[in-house]
Amino acid sequence: MPANDLTQPDGARGASVVVVGGGVTGLSAAWWLARAGVDVVVIEKGIVGWEASGRNGGGCSHHHSPLFAEEQRLWPLMDEMLGHPTEFQANRVRIALNEKQLALYSRAVVNARHQGFCIDEIDAKQVRELVPLAGDNVLAGHFYHFGGHANPHRTVQAFAWALQDLGGRVMQHTTVTGFTREGGKVIAVETDKGRFGCDHLVLAAGPQTGRLAAMLDVDIPLKVARAEMIVTEALPLMPIGGVDGNGLYGRQTLRGNLAYGGGPHEWVETEELPGGARPSTPLMQNIAKRVAELLPLAGHARIIRSWAGLIENTPDGRPVIDRAEGWDNLTVATLSGVGFGLSPASGRAIQQLVTDGACSFADLSTLRLRRFAHLEPDWAALQGWQSLAMAT
Amino acid sequence: MSVDRRSVADKKLTVQGHAQLLVVGAGAAGLAAAIEGARRGLSVVLLDENPVPFETMGESVPLHFGGRVGGVARNRNAMMEAMLESAPDLATAFELGVDVRLGTACWGLYVNGANLGWMPAPLAGLADEEGGTHLVSFERAIVATGRRDMGLAFPGWEQPGVMGATAAVQLATRYGALEGTRAVVLGTTAEALLAALTLQARGITVAAVIEQATAPVGPADLVADLRKSGIELRCGEVVRAVDTDLNGVCGVATRSGPLACDLVVLGIGAVPMVDLLDAAGCELAFHAARGGYTPMLDAAGRTSVDIIQAVGDCAGIWPAKSRDAAIAEAEARQAVAAAAAALGMAGEARPPAPPPGDAPPAEAPYDISAYRQDWVRASVIEATGEPYICQCEEVTACEILDVRPPRYLDWQGADHRRRNLATLLGEEPPNPDQIKRLTRAGMGPCQGRRCREQVQALLALQAAVPLGAVPLAGYRAPVRPLPLKAAAPQAEDAAFGEQWDSWFGMPRQWVPFWDVEDDYTVAGLAVEKPHASE
Repeated sequence: MPANDLTQPDGARGASVVVVGGGVTGLSAAWWLARAGVDVVVIEKGIVGWEASGRNGGGCSHHHSPLFAEEQRLWPLMDEMLGHPTEFQANRVRIALNEKQLALYSRAVVNARHQGFCIDEIDAKQVRELVPLAGDNVLAGHFYHFGGHANPHRTVQAFAWALQDLGGRVMQHTTVTGFTREGGKVIAVETDKGRFGCDHLVLAAGPQTGRLAAMLDVDIPLKVARAEMIVTEALPLMPIGGVDGNGLYGRQTLRGNLAYGGGPHEWVETEELPGGARPSTPLMQNIAKRVAELLPLAGHARIIRSWAGLIENTPDGRPVIDRAEGWDNLTVATLSGVGFGLSPASGRAIQQLVTDGACSFADLSTLRLRRFAHLEPDWAALQGWQSLAMAT
Repeated sequence: MSVDRRSVADKKLTVQGHAQLLVVGAGAAGLAAAIEGARRGLSVVLLDENPVPFETMGESVPLHFGGRVGGVARNRNAMMEAMLESAPDLATAFELGVDVRLGTACWGLYVNGANLGWMPAPLAGLADEEGGTHLVSFERAIVATGRRDMGLAFPGWEQPGVMGATAAVQLATRYGALEGTRAVVLGTTAEALLAALTLQARGITVAAVIEQATAPVGPADLVADLRKSGIELRCGEVVRAVDTDLNGVCGVATRSGPLACDLVVLGIGAVPMVDLLDAAGCELAFHAARGGYTPMLDAAGRTSVDIIQAVGDCAGIWPAKSRDAAIAEAEARQAVAAAAAALGMAGEARPPAPPPGDAPPAEAPYDISAYRQDWVRASVIEATGEPYICQCEEVTACEILDVRPPRYLDWQGADHRRRNLATLLGEEPPNPDQIKRLTRAGMGPCQGRRCREQVQALLALQAAVPLGAVPLAGYRAPVRPLPLKAAAPQAEDAAFGEQWDSWFGMPRQWVPFWDVEDDYTVAGLAVEKPHASE
C-alpha cells in the first residue's frame, strides 16, 4: 500500500515521512524534510511546543555539541528562512560572582576556541556596561561572540507555520496508539484519529520517546525530570538580553521580562499516558534569590509567573540522533533536555539521516544509541535518578 | 542506592509555622470557616491579603480598582481598622484563638502529587506586608478567595475611573475609599444591580445602568428596586467612548447621548477568583450556573486535590448567594465539618441547616455564555477604534484574532496575514494559553485579571462555540506579583547553595564531543573529565 493512501479520511492521510512529536525537534526535522521536497506529517498528542520545547530558557550556545557549528551558522538565518519571527538575538554575557563560578564558566572558552569561536574575558566594569542591572557583586564575566537566545513559543510556532507553508501537515490533538510493521519496516502509525501510512518514521516525542520506541522493540534508556523557571514583569531592555550566570540559565526577553531557571531538578516517573500535571514548587523562591543576586538592580522586579517542564534525559545527558538498528526506516531522536537551541541543526541532521542515511555536516557518532550497549541495567538507580516515591 | 546530589532529593525547604486548617480569605465564607474550625478545636490560620497596600491597589491587584482608590488608603492603620470594623466576626475569630493574619497574601498552594514529590508537607507560600515571604505547612486548606470582575474593553477603558463592581463596592463599603461621586454601571446581572443600589446607598449618584441586551438579565425584584430608587436603566446600549479630564473619566458617550460620570463600574460578570485553586492543580470546569470556571467539588466542597476545599464565591456565584451571605457561610461550615472529620476531630456540633437557595439553580438564570459574548461583541468588536483588550501588553481584539506577533517585534514578514485563529487551530477549540504565548495577551503584570474572560469570549465568538468550550487560560504561582528580593527565602538550607547548578550537573553532559568515550557506562564515570556548566 502506498504511504500516501488517498482512500484514508482526508485528515488521516499518511505521508512519505511521519514524524511523531510536535516539539521543536520534530517540527524542525519535518520542516527540513519538507524543504527537501519530502511529503511529511507531524503527529502531536496536544498542541505544538506544549512541553519542554515551549518551556525552556531559549539559549542557543551549545559549544560542547557536534551540532554547535551548524547551530551557530543557522540561527541568524532562521527568521528569514522560516518567514516567521523567532526573536533570535545574537551573543551572550555570562556573569561569575565568585571564583568557583569563574573557573567553571572559563571551560566554555576552551570549547569555543577549539572550534574557532571567540569568547572575551571581561571585567566587572565591562559587565556592568553591558548589563546595567548587574551590581557591585560581579567578579568577572565572559562575552560570547556567538550564541544568543530566541523565544521558544514563537520559534516552535514558526517551525510549524513554515512547515505548513511548504505543504507539510501538523496533526494536533492526535495520540499515537501503535505501529504497523511489515518485516523490518514500520508501514503505518496508528492513532486515535486513524492510521497514517509511512515510508519512514521519525520518533522525536520528548519524554514519550522511550515508551514509543519500546513499542518497536528499540531500547532508548531515558529518565524524566521536572525543572522550573520563573519570569518577572518587563523591565527596560538592556544592551544585551542573553545574560546569565550565578548558576542560572535564561535571558531578558525582547519584551523586557527576565526569564530564568536553574537549581535542583526532581526525577519523576515517566507518564504512561501523557498530559499530566507540570507543577512548579516553592523552588521559585530559591531561583528568585539567585536572580536578585545576578541582577541586583532588578531586585524590585516582580515575579509574575513560574512554571515547570518535564525533560527526558539519556544516561549521559547527551542526545540520541540515530537510525534504529534492526529497522530499515526508523529514525529516533531525543535531545536529552537540551533541544531548543540546537533545533535548527538537529532537524537538519535528522532530515539527512532520513533522506541520505548519514549527516553531511556533523559527526554524529557520539550521539549513537549504540554507546549504551554496555550500560548497566540498573543505571538509573546507580545514578540516583529515581523519583522520591520510588526511592523510599 | 546512590543519591543524585544535584536533584531536590536532599534539599530541605524552610517551613515557618503550621496550621491544621489553613483558611485563605476572610470574607463571609472564610470567616465562617475559621470560626467553625476553631470551635471544633482545630488550630486555624486565617489569611487575608486585605488591606492590600496602596501601591498594589494602584496597579489593580487583586481587584480592578481602576485608579479610584482614595488617599485614605495610604494610611495602613486606618485601612486595617476599617477592615476590622467592617467584619465584626474577625474579632470573634481572634477571641477563639484563630491565628488571623491580615495583609498577608497567599501566592501559592503546593501539594505533592503527580510529577511532584519532594515537599515535606502541603505548603502555602505567604507574603506579608513587611515584604517578606515564607512557607507554612498545613493539613487541610479551605480556599475562600471570593470574586473579581470580568473586564470589558471600549475606547478609553484604560482611563482612571473604569473599574470592577466588586472593587467599587469594596472601596465604598469596607474602606470608605472610593474616589468618585457619579457612576455609570455596566451590566444588569444581579451583582451589577446590587452594586448600583449599594453605591447609591453610600451616597454615590448612579447616573445610569447600561445594558447591551434589550432587557435586563438580573432578578426582577432587583430591577424593580433599581427603578424605584430612581436609577435610569438604558438597554440596547454600550459605552462608545469616554470623556476625560486630568483625573481620568468625566463622562461616557452612548448612542442615546452623553452621560456625565467619574466612575464606570463593570458589572457584566462576577467571576469566581480561582487563581490559587487552578495554580494548585485543582481541576476546574466551566459551570454557567456558578458564574464561570469553578473547581469540581464533591458534596463536602472537596476539590480534586483532596485536602483543598473551596467555599464562597470562588466555588460559585449565583444571584441568591450574592444576596445572602448565609449561603456562603453554610458552605463554609459544611466544608469545615468534612475537614474536621478527615482530621479525626469530628466534634459534636453538626452544621446548621443551610438557608434556601444554597445550591446554584439547575440552569443559570440567564445564558451567561451568550450574555458575556454579546457584551464583548457589542463593546469590543464593534468599537470604533481598536481598544486594547490586554492593557498590560497592549493587544487589540484584531491582533488576537490574527495571532499577530506583538508590536515590539515590528515584524514585517510577508505572509503573517494568512495566519489566523483558524489556521492555527485546525478543528480544535481555541486554547487561550497558546494564543497568549503568541500575541502576549494576558502575559503582563496584572496576570490576566482584566483580560482573561474577554479573551475567552472573543475566542468563543470567533470559533462559534459556547464560552465553556474555550479552556481557562491557566494561572501560575505566584498568583500575586512578588518582587524578586521579597520572594527570596529568608533562610535557605545550605544544600541548595552547595549543590546548585544551572542545569543537571551530569558528569558527561557538557564534555566536548571530541573528548567523549565511545561507550557510556556508570562505572566509566570513575574517570573524571573537566566539563563546562551550561
